[in-house]
Amino acid sequence: MMRTSRSLDRPFLSVTDLSVAFPTEDGLVQAVDGVSLSVERGKTLAIVGESGSGKSVTAQAIMGLINRNAAKVSGEIWLDGQELLGLPQHEMQALMGSQIAMIFQDPMSSLHPFYRIGDQITEAIRAHRKVGAAAARRETIEMLRHVGIPAVERRVDAYPHQLSGGMRQRVMIAMALINSPALLIADEPSTALDVTVQAQILELISRLQAEFGTTVILITHDLGIVADVADDVAVMYGGRIVEVAPTTVLYDRPEMPYTLGLLSSVPRMDRELPERLDPIRGNPPSPIRLPKGCVFQPRCDYSDRVRGGACLTVRPDLLPSEPDHLVRCHLPVDERQTISRDVLRVLSGAPQ
Amino acid sequence: MLVLLFLLSISVFFLFNLLPGDPARLTCGKACTPAIIEANRHRLGLDEPPLTQYVKFVSGIFVGRTFSPDSPEPIVCDAPCLGYSFNRHELVTSLIARSAPVTFWLAIGAFILWLTAGISLGIFAALRRGRWQDRLVMGISLIGYSLPSFFIGLVLIFFVIIKLQWLPFPNYISPFENPFQFFQTMLLPWIVLATLNAAFYMRLTRNQVLEVLGDDYVRTARAKGLPERRVVVRHALRAGLTPIITAAGLDLAYLLGGAVISENVFSLPGLGSLIVTSVTDSDLPVITGITLVTATIIIFANLVVDLLYAVVDPRVRIA
Repeated sequence: MMRTSRSLDRPFLSVTDLSVAFPTEDGLVQAVDGVSLSVERGKTLAIVGESGSGKSVTAQAIMGLINRNAAKVSGEIWLDGQELLGLPQHEMQALMGSQIAMIFQDPMSSLHPFYRIGDQITEAIRAHRKVGAAAARRETIEMLRHVGIPAVERRVDAYPHQLSGGMRQRVMIAMALINSPALLIADEPSTALDVTVQAQILELISRLQAEFGTTVILITHDLGIVADVADDVAVMYGGRIVEVAPTTVLYDRPEMPYTLGLLSSVPRMDRELPERLDPIRGNPPSPIRLPKGCVFQPRCDYSDRVRGGACLTVRPDLLPSEPDHLVRCHLPVDERQTISRDVLRVLSGAPQ
Repeated sequence: MLVLLFLLSISVFFLFNLLPGDPARLTCGKACTPAIIEANRHRLGLDEPPLTQYVKFVSGIFVGRTFSPDSPEPIVCDAPCLGYSFNRHELVTSLIARSAPVTFWLAIGAFILWLTAGISLGIFAALRRGRWQDRLVMGISLIGYSLPSFFIGLVLIFFVIIKLQWLPFPNYISPFENPFQFFQTMLLPWIVLATLNAAFYMRLTRNQVLEVLGDDYVRTARAKGLPERRVVVRHALRAGLTPIITAAGLDLAYLLGGAVISENVFSLPGLGSLIVTSVTDSDLPVITGITLVTATIIIFANLVVDLLYAVVDPRVRIA
């Protein structure tokens, strides 16, 4: 009823109030809690966070990979005017691999070890389109060549274990893009690879994105790789988005203390100070027993500056501090900006 | 493998032939005199040193041999000669050749039945994991696994053959002579043997599939938008197949050596029945022969299983 009428002027992808909870023996694990985000067609959104921040679960929920028998999923996911969470399984399967595709973190284990890579890609073609075996194979070879695999005629019949990690990730990219998906979710696509190969893979994804006009969600824990590829960045912590902004804004004026911490812990070649990296102290919170107040409070250096101890008792909301820049923090906006300027000055090596 | 077979022949031969008990004493009936026993001992070649006996036994396998050559009626045993049963006055090889087909058909039929039932029900349970269908299948599996085969066999005979008279009494006949009677005879033994093993394969398949279902490449298969059935059968089951092949190969080999209990319950004249009567009669040549044949089958089964690994898993293949 309302859903169809509202879908007209939505962004290409819009996630509203997405929550994913896994019941376990130790209690309910709230992996994702009230995440809302949106991406315009052809743009790239980076979701950044530590392990356990809920970024991968968010991606899998959009991809339809969460087993609905094992987890409680709520909220809305709209893709191109269609709500995904309410779709029956077979309709969602029709979108998976054709409209939405995904690249996974570990190319070593993400390809089936017993099947030839060409056949694995062909399977993706023929799951969605009525294409003959020979035509599908031609298309597969063409796509493999396109993602930069040398000696394709020979490699197409190779088994995954005969290829290097970088080559396998290229195969995964070819498999993901073979049906020209409108949305590509890349879950830490370069994390498991050598540094030199990392850059190649990210470059490849950007190039193909521009070429196919694909919308990309890039999941990563590495703020260092985000700057060049993403239009917008969402920072996640403890299952929530804590800061979201256009990439340039986030790098120029980060406000959430957690984002500042992430930026301080990225090693950079182009600066001299500080002499050592400044990691965020402590560990991410247990998703079963989250702090009552701000989830980041136990690791935050600035929570004592908030009057009345609100950080300990009240969950902050995600509120705009300027247009397009949302921050989840109890600190007053001007105080956040002062802290941000101080930290950035230290990071850039200027005298304090 | 040849070394293994050689060691096997030594151990089997000496294990059975150097046991206490005098085979020569067993060859003559009540009115036995020491002279007859000695004569028989010589006739059987038991008066020779053990090593000579072993050499003759092994050379008999390759080139054949002749028993009691100096008697008026020498017994010619062509290669491969596994010995001569003086109890039954028959060559061990021809005894085995007569019983082996029965066991072979019994084993193959049961094997096909239990693999089909076990693997498909295992997949079914895995697909419905945690739901009542899963629990039902696992419950049936537990019952099937716990019931001894002679019990299932006797219950089936009692109801199907005696009470309901759906099937005639088992009377083995070669499938090439009378296929219909062959199936009537083999149906119950197949079911009995298959029940026991299918129960095990249900569990094995279910657990394998469930274990592999969480792997990354299965998630990739899902992300391609493949239907769940294809994800489970083509991607998860294929990956979890190795332990199933191992178990299946060895179970089949084991069964080919004779299903002692089922053959006896259904009075099928297979290797299992042969070995039981031979043991009660202390018919050493037959016991030695069957043990050697069975052990050889198991060694070969191991080889076949190893070769099958390479068919299933390309990583095992040597370039």
